[in-house]
Amino acid sequence: MFFEYDLLLMTLCIFIPSVFALALLFFPSGSEEYMRWFSLTGTVVTFVISSFVFIDYLRMLDNNNDPALMGAGIKRADKKTTLMERASAAAKAEAENKPFANDDLHARFPWISRFNIEYYIGVDGISMAMILLTTVLFVLSMIASWGIEKYVKGYCMLFLILETGVLGTFFSLDFFLFYIFWEVMLLPMYFLIGVWGGKNREYAAIKFFLYTLFGSIFILIALLGFYFTDVQDFANKETLNAKAAEVIARNPALKKAQDAAKNDAAAKARVMAAALTKVEIHSFDLIVLARTGAAAMEWMHLTDTKARDKFLQKIVDQRARDGNPTTKEAVEKRMSQTFFTPTFQYVMFLFLFVGFAIKVPIFPFHTWLPDAHVEAPTPISMILAGILLKLGGYGILRIAYPICPWAAHALAWYLCILAMINIIYGAFAAMAQADFKKLVAYSSISHMGYVLLGIAVWPQTGEQYWAWGMNGAMYQMIAHGISSAGMFFCVGVIYDRAHHRNLDNFRGLYEPMPLYGGISALIFFAALGLPGLCGFVGEFMVVLSAWNFSTPEYPNAGKIFAVLSALTVVITAAYILWTLQRVYFGTNDAYKDYPDITVRELLCVIPLAILAIVLGILPALVLQWMEPHVTFFVDSLMQIRT
Amino acid sequence: MNSTLAQMLTGSIVNDAIAFAPELVVCGTIVLMLVIRLIPRYDDVHLGWIALVITGYVCYLSCDQWMQETPRSGQVAKTSGKDVSPIVVTAAEPHGLRDDQLVQVTEVEGNTTANGAFRIKVLDALSFQLREDANNPVKGDIRKGNDDYTAGGNWKVIGGTHNLFGGMLIYDSFGIFIKIFLYGFTALVVLLTLLTGIPDKEDSADFYCLLLGATVGMSIMATANHLLMVFIGIEMASLPSYALAGFLKGRRQSSEAALKYVVYGGGASGVMLYGISLLAGRFDSGFLPTVVRGISTDGNLADPVVIMGLAFILLGIGFKLASVPFHFWCPDVFEGAAAEVGAFLSVASKGAALALLARITLGIGGLNGQLELVDGRALFAAWSKATDYLVPVIAVFAVVTTTFGNLAAYGQTNLKRLLAYSTIAHAGFMMMGLATLTREGAGAVLFYLIAYLFMNLGAFAIVAFIRNLTGHEDVTYLRGFVYRSPLLVIMLGVCLLSLLGIPPLVGFAAKFQIFTVLYEGAQDYFALNKPHLGWTLLAVLLAGGLNTVISLFYYVRVLKVMVLEKTLEEVEDREIEQKPAPLFPSIYATALAVIIVVAGVLWNPLAERTSGQGVDTFRETPIVRAAPLPETGGPVGPPKGPPPKAPKKGAKK
Repeated sequence: MFFEYDLLLMTLCIFIPSVFALALLFFPSGSEEYMRWFSLTGTVVTFVISSFVFIDYLRMLDNNNDPALMGAGIKRADKKTTLMERASAAAKAEAENKPFANDDLHARFPWISRFNIEYYIGVDGISMAMILLTTVLFVLSMIASWGIEKYVKGYCMLFLILETGVLGTFFSLDFFLFYIFWEVMLLPMYFLIGVWGGKNREYAAIKFFLYTLFGSIFILIALLGFYFTDVQDFANKETLNAKAAEVIARNPALKKAQDAAKNDAAAKARVMAAALTKVEIHSFDLIVLARTGAAAMEWMHLTDTKARDKFLQKIVDQRARDGNPTTKEAVEKRMSQTFFTPTFQYVMFLFLFVGFAIKVPIFPFHTWLPDAHVEAPTPISMILAGILLKLGGYGILRIAYPICPWAAHALAWYLCILAMINIIYGAFAAMAQADFKKLVAYSSISHMGYVLLGIAVWPQTGEQYWAWGMNGAMYQMIAHGISSAGMFFCVGVIYDRAHHRNLDNFRGLYEPMPLYGGISALIFFAALGLPGLCGFVGEFMVVLSAWNFSTPEYPNAGKIFAVLSALTVVITAAYILWTLQRVYFGTNDAYKDYPDITVRELLCVIPLAILAIVLGILPALVLQWMEPHVTFFVDSLMQIRT
Repeated sequence: MNSTLAQMLTGSIVNDAIAFAPELVVCGTIVLMLVIRLIPRYDDVHLGWIALVITGYVCYLSCDQWMQETPRSGQVAKTSGKDVSPIVVTAAEPHGLRDDQLVQVTEVEGNTTANGAFRIKVLDALSFQLREDANNPVKGDIRKGNDDYTAGGNWKVIGGTHNLFGGMLIYDSFGIFIKIFLYGFTALVVLLTLLTGIPDKEDSADFYCLLLGATVGMSIMATANHLLMVFIGIEMASLPSYALAGFLKGRRQSSEAALKYVVYGGGASGVMLYGISLLAGRFDSGFLPTVVRGISTDGNLADPVVIMGLAFILLGIGFKLASVPFHFWCPDVFEGAAAEVGAFLSVASKGAALALLARITLGIGGLNGQLELVDGRALFAAWSKATDYLVPVIAVFAVVTTTFGNLAAYGQTNLKRLLAYSTIAHAGFMMMGLATLTREGAGAVLFYLIAYLFMNLGAFAIVAFIRNLTGHEDVTYLRGFVYRSPLLVIMLGVCLLSLLGIPPLVGFAAKFQIFTVLYEGAQDYFALNKPHLGWTLLAVLLAGGLNTVISLFYYVRVLKVMVLEKTLEEVEDREIEQKPAPLFPSIYATALAVIIVVAGVLWNPLAERTSGQGVDTFRETPIVRAAPLPETGGPVGPPKGPPPKAPKKGAKK
């Protein structure tokens, strides 16, 4: 198991930054320049390893291509490549003592067996996109960190540990592991803002810490709630068989019966059934929990006894085929656990949603963000806006929706409204800001609203448009990762020269810094959503799918959402153009001697500019490998009711 | 002295003494140290090393005892045939059992009367006799074989308590686990005192006598099986603690702390003694199992005498635990006493008090795991009735204690006082685990204790090191301390964040398990159709979670001051004066921090041991029915009935 190639590769990708951080301990003070280069090497190595993971991922898609689905240049991977299918295949291989698949990018290793916690990592289109974004942005913001002069060693160590935390969160497929990495990110961030931040940094740092910890307590409670559900009907059959075999081995009577029933399948099944009555499976496995969540949704939609009976029979039949028989009464008893009640699903969804919404951030949990951004040093703002906000969206997508689909579906209307508030409020608030960084921070809130809107538009009446929204949300996360990181960098560049961020005191920066002015205009237009640049694609897809959203009570709700969110683009354009005008245009003698953007700064911002253009022109570059898994994910949720 | 008692004493006293060996060794050391003190020649010998060696050795002895008590199981090879009484079971492999352990035999075919739970008597390495039926301990009820053995059979130890000194003390793996904890911890504290130089050579004999004496008292608390021993244990633990608190002789604050401690402690002892006399008088015995059973019997709980007695005893324990509202002594004492003493008091006396609390409350609560062994629902109903009251009472105390501790810690600037409030909060967290009244809850508390040992000791130790370096314990003097002594601050950070419960540190693993048992307990109570208890536990869970957020403020504030704020030198634009910690203190602090991190990532082995502890020990502890009980009359003292069988072999080989 140790030598499973993909386990090693993914583990390396997560922990290489930490290894570099530890090695930094042995640098003598005075060698700051070497420390920076060494940390940069660390982030570059991580990026290289993550691209190996990416290559393996593409190869996996190629090997499982479904030719029937090929069309319009978009690769449609086979369903076999979804995590759920890969997990089943891996479990099957393990039960048959086959060697582990080295190319399925799915690996598990037992960790805390007392609570059935595993070191369980894997990659699919959704997480792959986020991982690549992370490793790229960490390299770029390490380049942007060259200006940090204070306590370089501590800075680099915390920075690298933060990368481990982020990558671990994106790789985890075990809820507990996810939670651990989620919390690991807190402390480095606290110190990075608190030590290297601006004037009011301590307040901002503790506010950030407090908000996130508060949210994660709710996630922790939800995590416990899921764990104490017996999920044996939805666990991998191999896990179940192994558990039953354990019971039989401990119980001589059953063992004897099993030996006696050598070739008698019926008798064997009886032994198995007897053993299975003593088995309970509790799990943090996100895939098993997702299956359970889907079943819960289906179960709660079935109201009459006949349909419920049919549902139970289906499980019983399936388990009989899998070789771990059970009875209908037992299944029914398990289906009466609290997990399968609306209250539980509502409460747990809300807990998870609050936990993740704080990170996104979604109104009214957003107030930490402007403070944190304003006080954080430039590279940390890039990380914060570019990646950490995405973790919230990722968590909603990967955890809240699959495990509590019933509540997500029932609350879709409210989630949409929250998203709309985010979009509109964020845009207006951005317009009112005088502080350049605060403006960018509020624009992040507005743009992340599109992400939530894309996720939230779960069809209430049956049309199939949600996949656009979901893909748009994913695309928007990537695009926003690029454009917001670029915007914060651009703000950082002038802050380094002017030492203030007051929008009203800038003017005429274009004259002394034409190259810089040009690049920042590009990045700002990308954020604005100008067609041809990356911001447009995601927003467009989200608005399209929002148009089709309707609820039985408000059939035209989606149209209003779409119109409003499209109109908000005008407001966005307004504040961005106004900002450009205030900062770059005109002439100003005070700033005449400013040097233009340096080579190091160019190295940092040029990749972002290129990405902004390329992803705007060729969205397929990302969509072709990300879209299949997002669509499968949407399909799996949509199928529950039909 | 009647013949039975004489027989009992002569028959078992040697074996009992062997089981009691760690305490005897420590007592011997105390005498030795006092003798050394009398000889002027040895005045300048630092006795810390002797104390260190001895505590290390008794910790090893306890580990050895514990290994023998760990739950065993195996398969049955055969049993004796028809009409043989008592039934003799032959195990497939050497069983390693000892007399008087409770063994559950299952799945034997043919000779089916062999199935059940029995107190056993060992015949040889492979075979043992099944004596009294644990579920039905009427004297002479020894089962007869009903048929010849045909096939199958498993045996498993389900408990192994065994009374020492005529029932005054109990000898079980739970108690031994706590003893390992206590002695191991004392060894670490002794090592710490050697590193920090408190006490000096002259005072060393007094200091270590007091320290070891208190430890013996605490181990008696953890193994007490009689109300009188409970009282003696608490007093033995308290009296040296008073003196330890006032050990910094020249300091006024220290004397004040000691005085406060004595006054509060004396009051608590008095009230507790009153409670003991009430209960002992009410149930005609001080034998803990008898009392506990009496309390849990239906109807008795409505008796004001019983309620008062129980409340007073819990008050005494609450005082040792520093649970709100009996916590007033704690901040003053910790602030006044040396940090080393604070470390000792905060961990050891809490550990012992929690063990005692667990024994009493879980005994009264009756444990849902108990039900497998109980025949008939009547008993279950009676026991769960006590649970109805106990769960909310402990839960309320736990939540109030945690919340108060966390809120009060917020305003503190003295590090020791801040840590004192933090220990109050942590006592509350551990009580949350006990509030479930389940074996799993007790297991989680054991894990928490171990985690708490390292993180709290680490925090106090570093405070002591910082005091030695700078002469300050107040956080306002330690601005930007990380730039003067980075290692100590980083290690202190690890300890404080672990206390806060940030993964991947061991404090999170501990808190996670407390939350787990709370959720699980709530589910169990819902399943038992006791929704009010279920909701209580869920509310406790939520309170625990929110308290974690509250506690963020003050732990992080310490780090904030030390890391984020500018040093005085920096403000005045001077060169920062480096104050690195000496080598050995650095190693000590680093070792504790490394343990905290490693145990936080790889906590499975420890969790499996502690949870096993909870499961397999408590299963039997409250089964007082297996022990002979006086129904009426009789003096306070060992119960009447058949004398406990003298174990053939001592617990220690």
